[in-house]
Amino acid sequence: MLAPKDRIFTNLSGEGDVSLASARARGDWQTAAGVVTKESAWLIDTVKESGLRGRGGAGFPTGIKWSFMPKTRGARPHYLVVNADEGEPGTCKDRDILRYEPHKLLEGCVIAAHALLAEVVYIYIRGEFAEEARLLEEAIAQCQQADVLCGVAIHVHRGAGAYICGEETALLESLEGRKGMPRLKPPFPAAVGLYGCPTTINNVETIAVLPAIMARGAKWFAGLGRKNNEGTKIFCLSGHVNKPCNVEEEMGIPMRELIDKHGGGVCGGWDNLLAVIPGGSSVPLLPASLCADVCMDFDALREQGSGLGTGALIVMDKRTDIVAAIAQLSAFYKRESCGQCTPCREGSGWIMRTMQRLVRGDAALADLDLLESVAHQVEGHTICAFGEAAAWPIQGLLRHFRSDIEERLRQAHRHQKTAEVQDNDAYSN
Amino acid sequence: MMRIRIDGQDYHVDDGLTVFEACRRQGIEIPHFCYHERLAIAGNCRMCLVELDSSPKPIASCAMPAAEGMDIRTDSPMVKKARHGVMEFLLINHPLDCPICDQGGECDLQDQAMAYGRFHSRFDENKRAVAEKPFGPLIKSSMTRCIHCTRCVRFATEVAGIEDLGALGRGENVEIGTYVEKALTSELSGNMIDLCPVGALTSKPYAFKARSWELRKTDSIDVMDAVGSHIRLDSRGTEVMRVLPRRCDAINEEWISDKTRFAYDGLKLQRLDRPWLRHSDGVLRPSDWQTIEDVCVEKIKQTDGTRIAALAGELCDCESMFMLKELLDGVSCPHRDCRPFGTFLPWQERWQYLFNTTIAGIEEADACLLIGAYPRYEAALVEARLRKRYLQGGFQGRAFRVGTKLPAHWQIEDVGESPHSLTELADSGHRVAQAFKQAKKPMIIVGMGALQRSDSEAIWHHIMALVQAFGVIRDDWNGFNVLHTRASMVGGMDVGFVPSQGGEARKGIEERARQGSIDVLWLLGEDDVDEETLKKPFVIYQGHHGERGASAADVIVPVPAYSEKDALYMNMEGRLQRGLPAVPPLGQAKEDWRVLTDMANRLGQTWAYQSQRDARRAMQKAYPLFAEKIGNIAAKKEKIELSYRQNGHSDVLNDTPLHSPLVNYYQSNVIARASQTMGRCVSELGGAVATKEKAK
Repeated sequence: MLAPKDRIFTNLSGEGDVSLASARARGDWQTAAGVVTKESAWLIDTVKESGLRGRGGAGFPTGIKWSFMPKTRGARPHYLVVNADEGEPGTCKDRDILRYEPHKLLEGCVIAAHALLAEVVYIYIRGEFAEEARLLEEAIAQCQQADVLCGVAIHVHRGAGAYICGEETALLESLEGRKGMPRLKPPFPAAVGLYGCPTTINNVETIAVLPAIMARGAKWFAGLGRKNNEGTKIFCLSGHVNKPCNVEEEMGIPMRELIDKHGGGVCGGWDNLLAVIPGGSSVPLLPASLCADVCMDFDALREQGSGLGTGALIVMDKRTDIVAAIAQLSAFYKRESCGQCTPCREGSGWIMRTMQRLVRGDAALADLDLLESVAHQVEGHTICAFGEAAAWPIQGLLRHFRSDIEERLRQAHRHQKTAEVQDNDAYSN
Repeated sequence: MMRIRIDGQDYHVDDGLTVFEACRRQGIEIPHFCYHERLAIAGNCRMCLVELDSSPKPIASCAMPAAEGMDIRTDSPMVKKARHGVMEFLLINHPLDCPICDQGGECDLQDQAMAYGRFHSRFDENKRAVAEKPFGPLIKSSMTRCIHCTRCVRFATEVAGIEDLGALGRGENVEIGTYVEKALTSELSGNMIDLCPVGALTSKPYAFKARSWELRKTDSIDVMDAVGSHIRLDSRGTEVMRVLPRRCDAINEEWISDKTRFAYDGLKLQRLDRPWLRHSDGVLRPSDWQTIEDVCVEKIKQTDGTRIAALAGELCDCESMFMLKELLDGVSCPHRDCRPFGTFLPWQERWQYLFNTTIAGIEEADACLLIGAYPRYEAALVEARLRKRYLQGGFQGRAFRVGTKLPAHWQIEDVGESPHSLTELADSGHRVAQAFKQAKKPMIIVGMGALQRSDSEAIWHHIMALVQAFGVIRDDWNGFNVLHTRASMVGGMDVGFVPSQGGEARKGIEERARQGSIDVLWLLGEDDVDEETLKKPFVIYQGHHGERGASAADVIVPVPAYSEKDALYMNMEGRLQRGLPAVPPLGQAKEDWRVLTDMANRLGQTWAYQSQRDARRAMQKAYPLFAEKIGNIAAKKEKIELSYRQNGHSDVLNDTPLHSPLVNYYQSNVIARASQTMGRCVSELGGAVATKEKAK
């Protein structure tokens, strides 16, 4: 369990206010001014040493991502874009950073911009976060007044409510004023990004932990968690827990400990647990049997066939109709597919309709094979990772609950048969 | 060069290729829908997925740059599975209405489903249905069939330069359409039909008319404008069923303009299919060849050569103009012209009337000045090239126009409307002059809007002064261009269908005809003559459509249209091209060479032409230009001497803005005017047409 002294987000629950003065009192804005005197290469090395992996879902090492940027500034400007388009179901960590710890994010922006040789930062914030956008703009204004931004210009751009704009290249398209559709890679944004210029896109949480890493040193950060899964992470607990919350914890904390200590335990006790989606809606679910021992970090969850994703746990107890729950997610992915590439456009609707038939019991056993095959046909064949996001929940469901669903279908078929027989009897009478 | 491995075999491929192109050049086929080599890469159909050793997922070969040492597989189980999957996804919401789809038989989806798909369906849900979209009188939409490859959208925004088309909605509900209900206002819209890999966009006039396998395909040359686009005439029996583009990188790439594509129904309407003779009571009545030849020959024999004149129309081929010219020489007639009324265009030096830069050469130019030229309407494919060059960034803002501000599909700066602007430009302080000074390959395009005016001669000298001042003609670059609107004009000037010694040009001929000092006027397919001119003389109309010329004629000599004859044409670049007949001449019509040989022989000239080929040989002997290889630009002049009058009559210039002589893009010649499709375009798209009224 994370020691209080190691906590980065000391105002995550919003007890203190968000003014610059209060933030300063909590320790913000004491690092950036010193950091900007350092070499960009030193900063990138520090981030590499800290082992920080992107907190947006994919978990790509941040230092390595930064090192893809050109080492010197050419004719084209460099950009840092902060992805604050937090739309992953179950996830609300960035939102709390934006509304309670905006200065950590802004200080991180100054540090990252310096490391990336950028002078302009765009924060692309989810359209629905109207209040957060206002707070953020206020915070920026305060910083400008206090002249702490070290020459970095930070702009807030509000999205218009499309989940896909959280995909980094779709975000760039949207930021440029076009329809949010992911771009083909290569070229990667570090070479051709915003307005065709070298760009790095980082998650809010990734950027917001930078001041702490710089202030306390890469070794401190790397000392938390397991190797390759270092640092702290904000976990979002939602669903059937007694106390849903956002909490900062050490990476690799056992899932059960996380749920019991911070979420007040599963409703009806641990034995009432059915399954957990451990990383936002896009990763495969884990049945209760696997949840008892699994640790919450990138590699441990991957070993169990799931992923850490955004670190948002969606807890489902035994009251849950798991098929209906996943069908709900399928409907979400069908609605949010941008429609650009074939597998996702056509596959997401097909998956949703098959799932809905499964919920109604209006499906044959063979439809489970069909569903699995369609999910596989979508996964890995699309332009962006949305294909995986649409396919993985289905794959998780079928992997762990197939026999339950089969039983449910058999039951439905029996009911139908009885009904038919009764119908026929009524007719012949 | 780099080395890549494809399906276990090593190949050396050029740098800068995509994986897709690298495979294709080695003859390895990769199925695809959204990829098109002349459009931006979209990578959205996912049909071209291949396996790359360094990637855990299959990659879109159309978008992936090939790199040294790549190991690519196009035949592995992973690739096969990907293709099966994508194919299945494309088909689940496709209606599979091939039996009633016009694309059937030439459909990419059909072909690739056969080659790469599964043979059964696992899809039990309802299929998606999409409302039809209005695409105007030329394109029929059936959007339920759409597979969202966005080729049409990319064509519209990139090549045609209209931003009316896009993908609306998201996910499953994406629909291709115009954002607001409106017909497409492009002169190139028909190309979307060819680009559409399925039957979502098909030809409206061709709907349900024929199947591709019933058609006989003939490679030919277009005459609707002076570009000379390479076309394929698809015919069934004696009817041209449709016109399609053929690939020709030097001219039309693989596009054609809408007039070229859709005016073919004009070939069936208002045709002259038998000889006609005006009787003494003033009424035209059907006649026979013997009679009309007798009448014509008799009339010419009775008339002094100086009282005979001939005008050639815009659809004429080179041989017929050459032969008519020879025939007239035989009766000592000097009055003839192939240029429209009031044209000032010298013919003594060939470079003076050619599009010297060549159409492909536009892609090298780095500055451009249009003078009374409106390529959007007058030569839509030249406009497409200019737009391409503009998008390449080649002009760097150095594109200017003198003339009325008609809409164009690329960004061009208007620097004046009247010819007086030309004198201003010449000033070395003017920004046009300065821009041209910086340019390495500047071009000037002179349009008929500048050359068909009462002050054209003065304008010509001003232009020549600019050509010299701006250094448009250099040792290794000729940037002087005339933008022709008539397919026959360059050929006509090449065969000398212009006044000979002591002869009158077009204007003089018409004046004399009105005064009554021309007794016989031979119209070789020329309809652009007013009634007054045709009143007094005995008019012989040799052509294929009954219009202004024919209705005023005393004798109508029916000859084949361009789709019915083997003939040579010179396009505006001076490129020799050959059209081939797709169908036989209509009714009793006789080929031009036969008619003219018969007449010439009866006039006492001994022509021994037994065939079109003989006539062509005679022309090649007289004008070696025509002996050039088909497709080449004949006889380029090495050293060009500019000659013009200094201070060229500035006072003669008048204030009228330069505007296009073309009144209507869709109805610029007899075939197009006879076409009902073109008529519908005018009534439905009317505003899209360049009219003098609109320009004002």
